[in-house]
Amino acid sequence: MATPNAIEGFIAKISGPLVIAKGMAGTCMFDVVRVGNAGLVGEIIELKDDTASVQVYEETSGLMPGEPVISTGEPLSVELAPGLIEEFFDGIQRPLESIEKKAESPYILRGISVPAVNRTKKWSFVPCVETGADVSVGDFLGSVQETVLVDHKVMVPHGIEGKVTQIKQGDFTVEETIAVVTDSKGKDHNITLLQRWPVRKPRPVVKRLPPVIPLTTGQRVIDTFFPIARGGTACVPGPFGSGKTVIQHQLAKWADAEIVVYIGCGERGNEMTDVLLEFPELEDPRSGQPLMKRTLLIANTSNMPVAAREASIYTGITIAEYFRDMGYSVALMADSTSRWAEALREMSGRLEEMPGEEGYPAYLGTRLASFYERAGRAICFGSDGREGAISVIGAVSPPGGDLSEPVTQNTLRVTKVFWGLDAQLAYQRHFPAINWLSSYSLYTQTLGEHWDAIYDGEWSVYRTEAMSLLEDEDKLKEIVRLVGVEALSKEERMVLETSKSIREDFLHQNSFHEIDTYASMDKQFKMLRNILTFHRLGMQVLTRGGLLRSVIDLPIRDEIARMRYTEESELASLDVLETTIKTELGKISAAGGDLDDVA
Amino acid sequence: MMLPKEYRTISNLSGPLMMVEKIEEVSYDEIAEIRLSNGELRRGRVLEISETKALVQVYEGSTGIDVNTTQIRFLGDVLKLPVSKDMLGRIFNGRGDPIDDGAPIIAEAYLDVNGDPINPYSRDFPSEFIQTGISTIDGMNPLVRGQKLPIFSGSGLPHNQIAAQIARQATVISGHANFAVVFAAMGITFEEASFFMEDFRKTGALERTVMFVNLADDPAIERISTPRLALTCAEYLAFEKDMHVLVILTDLTNYCEALREISAARKEVPGRRGYPGYLYTDLATMYERAGRLRGKDGSITQLPILTMPEDDKTHPIPDLTGYITEGQIILSRGLHRKGIYPPVDVMPSLSRLKDKGIGKGKTREDHADLMNQLFAAYSRGKEAKELAVILGESALSDEDKAFAKFADLFENKYVRQGEYENRTIEETLLLGWELLTIVPIKELKRVRDEYIDKYLKPLIEAKKDEKLDTEEA
Repeated sequence: MATPNAIEGFIAKISGPLVIAKGMAGTCMFDVVRVGNAGLVGEIIELKDDTASVQVYEETSGLMPGEPVISTGEPLSVELAPGLIEEFFDGIQRPLESIEKKAESPYILRGISVPAVNRTKKWSFVPCVETGADVSVGDFLGSVQETVLVDHKVMVPHGIEGKVTQIKQGDFTVEETIAVVTDSKGKDHNITLLQRWPVRKPRPVVKRLPPVIPLTTGQRVIDTFFPIARGGTACVPGPFGSGKTVIQHQLAKWADAEIVVYIGCGERGNEMTDVLLEFPELEDPRSGQPLMKRTLLIANTSNMPVAAREASIYTGITIAEYFRDMGYSVALMADSTSRWAEALREMSGRLEEMPGEEGYPAYLGTRLASFYERAGRAICFGSDGREGAISVIGAVSPPGGDLSEPVTQNTLRVTKVFWGLDAQLAYQRHFPAINWLSSYSLYTQTLGEHWDAIYDGEWSVYRTEAMSLLEDEDKLKEIVRLVGVEALSKEERMVLETSKSIREDFLHQNSFHEIDTYASMDKQFKMLRNILTFHRLGMQVLTRGGLLRSVIDLPIRDEIARMRYTEESELASLDVLETTIKTELGKISAAGGDLDDVA
Repeated sequence: MMLPKEYRTISNLSGPLMMVEKIEEVSYDEIAEIRLSNGELRRGRVLEISETKALVQVYEGSTGIDVNTTQIRFLGDVLKLPVSKDMLGRIFNGRGDPIDDGAPIIAEAYLDVNGDPINPYSRDFPSEFIQTGISTIDGMNPLVRGQKLPIFSGSGLPHNQIAAQIARQATVISGHANFAVVFAAMGITFEEASFFMEDFRKTGALERTVMFVNLADDPAIERISTPRLALTCAEYLAFEKDMHVLVILTDLTNYCEALREISAARKEVPGRRGYPGYLYTDLATMYERAGRLRGKDGSITQLPILTMPEDDKTHPIPDLTGYITEGQIILSRGLHRKGIYPPVDVMPSLSRLKDKGIGKGKTREDHADLMNQLFAAYSRGKEAKELAVILGESALSDEDKAFAKFADLFENKYVRQGEYENRTIEETLLLGWELLTIVPIKELKRVRDEYIDKYLKPLIEAKKDEKLDTEEA
């Protein structure tokens, strides 16, 4: 990759992933360099006179002072072209499958250089403009059907505007010219399917929009209680074993996004393998196609070089921005941002910077914020004024589950949804272990309006009622703990029964059960409606003097408990159940509230 | 080839670290040989290097090294372990030298002890159930081949007995015999080490075991390399010799202490509790060496043991470990005091790969449901018991009473078992269903009806018959 006028320096010092190079005058911050005889990939993160501090994305053992360091004169960039979807990259966009082939080893050997996207594969390009058309930045020139689910649009790159003087149709590799655009000065620009973009620079948009459309996930506790919007940001902190990764996987599977970018940042290798093996088997509930057809994975597992972990989230979000610019709704999952922050801390420590809280660098907060700010709903470049969105869901792994630590706190300042995972719930095998009392979503109001328009204003009513029942339960449980359940009135015990039903029959969701793993919004709404209908009518029986057991011993409650196993195609049966609830309780109510009398 | 240059330019000694000046052609992470004035040889590793200076970590500690007469030469290579299949049955120290009076190993290969990261694309997902014969593990937190499942213990708890029992009893249902144990002891006492040696010898397991032993009085710095030697050996056996290797690492707490010692000597900015900021990455480079590879028959299953300081799970060592490993087995002092062996606290214990290793064709169709139900019932029973402590037993509803009784029976029958008691998975599952007969059927929400009909109802019928029989009699 070295250009003729490349700057060549030499290694002066090596300390783990940090290499100090001298003779680097003329290089720029964040330029990519090739380090040592092995040609390891690195990035300049500090410059002092002619001395550059380089973070190296590969294992540095065996390097020797005096070996060359060659600048490529370019910042760390990603390649954007057809061939991204279904691919499995490392933190600096090297495809892991190609690495395996080239290394002929199951291990990642050092200094392996493989192109990010396949150079030989031919893609069938279909133009959508004709010669002579005026085009500007972001305009579609045509498209490539990348997978069944993804129509990869080819856009006019940034900095180019003019008349299309040539446009081709047919099969091309990513480096072949598919169009020529001549600008006002008469200069020709050859356009290929392949474009490059520096990862640390956000791709610009025309205008940013507030997130008002829900991103449904099929997870009841999320969609109904703590919803996220398209273009929104969410954070999932929790101690180990509380199910962060399972939630991230569930969202990657069932979120109604058109593109999913999943970043495994400093996490387990087996988890990535799991995604890789499972996603091609799973079916998207909307299109019926394998989920992998809209997913791309970036993995920098915990044992892979730490500096590349720092780069991985930028690689991921840049690719996400590229697809957003095509007008797609993209969901990005980062698991886990704490590992990214730790990589930042490790490099900062080796640079001997003054540490902030818990050894993290003082700029942790700004870095996190600028990452999450790359999410959002926006009008993209292009004369059609199309809209795209990136929703970011970041997992946080607070040490010891202590949320007061810097990474969690800095993340909470910028994200709008907080799904707090609770170890206690996880021990009871209540999954997803999202604590309903401490979690929040700032989109509830706006998204509530969206759902109310669909469900005749009832959605917000049911949601609020369910939440307040759960709040009441918390208080009542305190009393029970002190003086026993006998001290409660029958109405209060009914509240306990219903909130238990909300917890066990609604909030609890088994991600490993083939039907329960995904619930459409219709199903969620009907389930909650039935539970609360039972509660309201049950309360009526009690106020009319009925006995508590005549309500809670009704066999129909078993059917409520089984609503979760109702298939999406049989949701009408939930309406039947509602009618049955009404008649059954109506009978008791009419009979003065005693079950025995009815019998 | 020119002999490596000898330097007498040691300028600075601090803890296990020394600074060597005026060096040439030395590479990062290279191994060095240090010759003391009395002729003693020690080994070290380059931790940091600049144009003229190298910072060397001395494996055997710096006692007796002086700045005037000590010589050092750099060997031009990273630390490598000679490996061979003949290592089975042998005992080595923390530097990889045999200490069992046997012949030196004739190497089939020399492998870099740091290993390379496994390409996640090349991994195969662990899905083969390992039967350990311990109900709390097999039934509740199943272990699968290629998993890393640590035991979080505390001082005075029988983690060694449990590890030895697993090493003794572990089998797969498909009955693959090519099984080996690699055992790495880091800073444990002679007594503990000899417990394992004796146990392995007695049961004949020793001949399929490789032991790397760094005892409490061996140099602490050697503890950094001990687990890496063991894992390198395990990788060789698993991926070159197609063996299923169980790696027992004990005690990780000592390893982390040694790491902290070096970090402090280097005057690095500490993270939590004085441990270096890269503790997570460092632990991950060891734990992530467990797994399976596509196209290879062998596997590495890791069973690291760590003692939690003050039984505190939020201490950085267990905390970071829990974030890397695929679950954890937590031992409980409360159960141990009640005299229950193995004192596995099933509630906070977890096996993340359980769902991949159980079910139809692997263990039995009802395994997952039964497991979830036992968790839920035990949890409810414990809650009921807590309530009973405050309000008295009479305040409990009939259901709660049943669950409280269930919790007691669960601890005494399901959790408790003998050190040499090897339960098959069928026995464990049956035991689970038997315990569930004492709670009302309508409370069993986590199991499918078909399984209740198939597995639970016959047991209840049998119980009724028995009762009738005794009443009649």
